[in-house]
Amino acid sequence: MSEHIVSVRVYITIFLVLLVGTALTVWAAFVDFPFGLNTIIAMAIAVTKATFVVLYFMHVRYSTRLVWVIVGSALFWMGIMFAFTFADYFTRSRLSIGT
Amino acid sequence: MKPIESFELPSPSKVNYLNAVYGLKSWLLTKDHKRIALLYLGSITFFFFIGGIYALMIRLELLTPSGDFLESTTYNKVFTQHGIIMIFFFLIPSIPATLGNFLIPMMIGAKDLAFPRINLLSWYVYLAGGIITIYALLAGGVDTGWTFYTPFSTTFSNSYVVATGLGIFINGFSSILTGLNFIVTIHTMRAPGMTWFRMPLFCWSHYATSLIMILGTPVIAITVLLLAFERVSGVGIFNPKLGGDPVLFQHMFWFYSHPAVYIMVLPGMGVISELIANFSRKNIFGYSFVAFSSIAIAVFGFLVWGHHMFVTPQSVYAGMIFSFLSFAVAIPSAIKVFNWTATLYKSSISYDTPMLYALGFIGLFTIGGMTGLFLASLATDVHLSDTYFVVAHFHYIMVGGALMAYLGGLHYWWPKMTGRMYPEGWGRFGALVVFVGFNLTFLPQFIAGYIGMPRRYHAYPPEFQVYNVLSTAGASILGFGMLIPAVYFVWSMRYGKHAEANPWHLPGLEWRTQSPPPTENFEQTPIVTWDAYEFAPPEETEVVGKFHGEVERAS
Repeated sequence: MSEHIVSVRVYITIFLVLLVGTALTVWAAFVDFPFGLNTIIAMAIAVTKATFVVLYFMHVRYSTRLVWVIVGSALFWMGIMFAFTFADYFTRSRLSIGT
Repeated sequence: MKPIESFELPSPSKVNYLNAVYGLKSWLLTKDHKRIALLYLGSITFFFFIGGIYALMIRLELLTPSGDFLESTTYNKVFTQHGIIMIFFFLIPSIPATLGNFLIPMMIGAKDLAFPRINLLSWYVYLAGGIITIYALLAGGVDTGWTFYTPFSTTFSNSYVVATGLGIFINGFSSILTGLNFIVTIHTMRAPGMTWFRMPLFCWSHYATSLIMILGTPVIAITVLLLAFERVSGVGIFNPKLGGDPVLFQHMFWFYSHPAVYIMVLPGMGVISELIANFSRKNIFGYSFVAFSSIAIAVFGFLVWGHHMFVTPQSVYAGMIFSFLSFAVAIPSAIKVFNWTATLYKSSISYDTPMLYALGFIGLFTIGGMTGLFLASLATDVHLSDTYFVVAHFHYIMVGGALMAYLGGLHYWWPKMTGRMYPEGWGRFGALVVFVGFNLTFLPQFIAGYIGMPRRYHAYPPEFQVYNVLSTAGASILGFGMLIPAVYFVWSMRYGKHAEANPWHLPGLEWRTQSPPPTENFEQTPIVTWDAYEFAPPEETEVVGKFHGEVERAS
């Protein structure tokens, strides 16, 4: 299997994108968004940055389908953790015992 | 049945992996999976000894109702350190890193694991984590319980939480590296003819274990890191006073730590499948069901963690789902137990030492599993939570299950690993002593817990004393029982009878090479034409174990 060579230019571009993402995160933290959107915005920036890291720095974009399956299964497992944890948080107020 | 050629063994050679090269450097820089397995064996035995000393201190303290041997704070540290050492530094690496490391390449007909350097790296990472944890214990210890529950661990405990957490964090990478190696090896390095459904069930269970190691361990690493971050920098993640949520810690902790129970017991189940089939000389009943039940345990095991949190403010709805799924995960475990039992039916059982451990495992694991269902029920769990019932339950799984399987496997493959036989009479005696000592230690704890004795207290009301005296007496017998194999294993390395290539007369690939094996495992890559546990008819098994040139062909 031949290794895909990623140019230095691409690495620098991604690095700059990550720096911009960090600056955006800091800026967003000081703004009071309506409807409690602060967390969602911060998470959206973080997920975007992580996606760039996985695709370019970890070479997943140039990898085989098997690697995509592995990445997908890891995300699916993370989804299980989030889904069940949120299943707790979102239903806590539905039934309170002892009140 | 396969032709007799399948059983021909190579000529015995005096050169093997133990004497091919000499010197400390040859061990510390080895890339041979068998030598690395022995490095792990020595290391985990060391940690088992330390964890055992803590267990001894716990049982001595609980001999009397008053806290007269240890102060409450010291007792907190002792049970915490017992748990941390036994779980992270003994049970999790025990079977995979020793027996799995040694045997998986041999069982699938490979020369080594896929990444030999990473294999050695995993041992060094394990050592680094172990040294840091030992430092934490010597510097003052940690008193949070092995569960590190917040906000106690982040805010109130003044013990060495961060150092211990760092040790566990680093140790986790060793686990990930081992799991990665096993998965790639099993996918890519099987010998010609070794299809997935010809693999020994030991390999299936290690494959399932490796999935958990890779998918679960990063989560505990992140959790410990966040804990340390909050403790050091005061950022609110788990502390409600700072806007965090302590139940979030429990979600993240148990997302790994419940599947970790399966990291401990699934490899044990693989060992038991080998022992039951081979010592009853019969193909395992329902091979594919046993194989897939390992995968099912690995998957379902990730969906049940909330049953550790029934007495927290966790939503009742989430609790109901977790309770239901916890009952569901009992199904694949039960499939294994029923299939092992069905394998024994009308088979030709020999009661050698490994089989005694295997039979003990089936009984003890079943008790441990069934009592787990008490704790998976929402209502009974409220009564039993944080009592000695829980302590007894998980010891039945981890000691009665995982440790018994480890000891059974160690006896079974000892001739292959060392080229020496252990004394069979002493072996059987030791197995019986361990079984009796174990039950005397932990059965009374079920009763004590059920009638209300809480766990993690150094003093208790006098009405519980009788159960604690029984338990401490049992622990003494159990400790003595553990020393018996420790002594004769060491003895056998020098004085034990030389083992033949196939002392148990079995068809598995690992028995088709000399004992101890050569560095490359096999003189030539084997071509597999038989299923796992495919036993030859009685007249053919007579020739098993003889070397090339001596084989008497049975018609």
